[in-house]
Amino acid sequence: MSPGAGNGASLAPQPIPFAAPAHVRLKVEQASYAYSATDRSAPKFTLGPVSFEAQQRELVAILGPNASGKSTLMKLLAGLLKPLSGRVEVDGMEVSELEPRARAQQVALVAQESELLFPLRVWEYVLQGRYPYGKRLRFESDEDCLMAGNALAQVGADGLRDRWMDQLSGGEKQRVILARALAQRPELLLLDEPTQHLDIGGKVELLRRLRRLADANRYTVVVVTHELNLAAEFSDRVALMHKGKCLRIGSPAEVYQREVLEEVFEAPLEVEIRPSGRPRVILSGNH
Amino acid sequence: MRPLTPNRIIGICAGLGALLLIEVVISLRMGDYPLAVRDIVATLYHGAAGRWDEIPSEFKLVVFGLRLPRIALGILVGAALSTAGAGFQALLRNPLADPYVLGVSSGAALGAMLSLIVAPHMVGAIQFAAFAGAAATIAAVYFLGRRGGQLDSATLLLAGIVAASFLSAIIIFLLTMVTGTELRSMTFWLMGDLTAPPPTTNVIGWFGFLFLIFVVAAGAMYTTSSDLNLILTGEQEARHLGVNVNRVKMVVYVAASVLTGLAVSVSGAIGYIGLLVPHVMRMLFGTDYRLLIPTSAIGGAIVIVLADTLARTVVAPTQLPVGAMTALAGAPVFIYLMRRRMR
Repeated sequence: MSPGAGNGASLAPQPIPFAAPAHVRLKVEQASYAYSATDRSAPKFTLGPVSFEAQQRELVAILGPNASGKSTLMKLLAGLLKPLSGRVEVDGMEVSELEPRARAQQVALVAQESELLFPLRVWEYVLQGRYPYGKRLRFESDEDCLMAGNALAQVGADGLRDRWMDQLSGGEKQRVILARALAQRPELLLLDEPTQHLDIGGKVELLRRLRRLADANRYTVVVVTHELNLAAEFSDRVALMHKGKCLRIGSPAEVYQREVLEEVFEAPLEVEIRPSGRPRVILSGNH
Repeated sequence: MRPLTPNRIIGICAGLGALLLIEVVISLRMGDYPLAVRDIVATLYHGAAGRWDEIPSEFKLVVFGLRLPRIALGILVGAALSTAGAGFQALLRNPLADPYVLGVSSGAALGAMLSLIVAPHMVGAIQFAAFAGAAATIAAVYFLGRRGGQLDSATLLLAGIVAASFLSAIIIFLLTMVTGTELRSMTFWLMGDLTAPPPTTNVIGWFGFLFLIFVVAAGAMYTTSSDLNLILTGEQEARHLGVNVNRVKMVVYVAASVLTGLAVSVSGAIGYIGLLVPHVMRMLFGTDYRLLIPTSAIGGAIVIVLADTLARTVVAPTQLPVGAMTALAGAPVFIYLMRRRMR
């Protein structure tokens, strides 16, 4: 029997302790948001309030079914949306109030896919990550080239630099998109469903790489994903979203409770604890 | 990794500029009254130095009275249309966008036609009316093309197509109401033509005024060229990287529309230049807008001067409208580019 089974876990959001540890990189404090069709109409979707913290070198996975509020939370973390109430701080600064370029130096958001209108070489694409550093109309410096080269090397895409973006495989493209985000030299790296178009080998490689990057560069990495087992394997903490609320946040072992996961994902699931202490979710035979 | 440098831009533009200069001299030579290169150089030299007495009167008439104003207008119109086309392709994130896609040319054409009907002999009326028609269309499409208070590329494109279609219907209605000389003027104008004389005797002042508008609008667009490079990879991604997308779209929309209005109000709707030249420049020099905007401007000038030289010489003494020439050559070039892109 899985450890989470039969412990009476409910779907009510649990209070999150708010101790302030050292090197808190990301601090989300009672942040909420609401989408409305018009200024005067009732909200169509409400998020929050959500609270959690993440430190340097931490990898946080945001989990939840579709329309649970993951992407809205990601936009709040990226500063692209201003919270209706509460705060989202990166290194003590309210991220939505930063000037766009200053924000892009602090926070990099890796999109799911890059839709190029015209062909672009890999190195040109990665150099775009240096845009936040400099004037509006700018030409890349030697330092920019060095940073872009380092970013490519860090994702193991050094050999791709002269290739065209539209000739890359899904995995190669994902690495290059990540390299552009690394070229921004951010403090906080956000990835919105980065494993969506990858095969299982690509997914494992990407999560392993993110883990290494978080450790080596002191990044705080936040990943939105549907991959429960990969999140359990590689993340320090997971936040479980459901219907616009953050139901649980904690270590994977703390959050992965069978009743909660079954209710949230509306599927018969089992939770096992592996020898490493990390949980694993499997589909229950009783479906 | 070889990033773009200002020196590389200057070098490429200087090369294209030299090509344009050679073409201008060749164009000045060609026509019913052929001139030797030596005579052209001497005429231009004396004219630039203000020594008008030393220029034979027939050279003065042919070079400064007929051919040079037409070439200068062609350079300005070609540069304006190509720059506007490059801007609209990025703004609308659509490689098929051209300067006329948002209906600016239809608005200008309607203004010009109304002036041909109401005040056919008033000096400068057609240019003024065309620019007013273009400006009114720019404003209408801007208000129709907003979503949530901001310019939305898809909504803007739809608003432009609807505006162009509505204005074209009015133009066709007007064409059925006029006859004779007016109809011929209108048809020439709709096709695009560089033969319209300047509306003032101060030709240098007139071109200076047009050039100033071009420099301000193209310069404004150029300031956004780094931003446009990022917008081409997606508006949302550009926002993540710190681009103020709404401001950039506003600047590019106004600048590209003013450039289109400028070109159409002095020459009618010359087709294919704004669509094809930016694509050819992308194939030659890459997609970076810091290089694409100036090379498109010079490339547009080169293409239109070539087209107009052919238009006034291939079936001389009959002169074709330059728009007919660009359409004749543009359609096969477009098919070639499209097939090359598909490969």
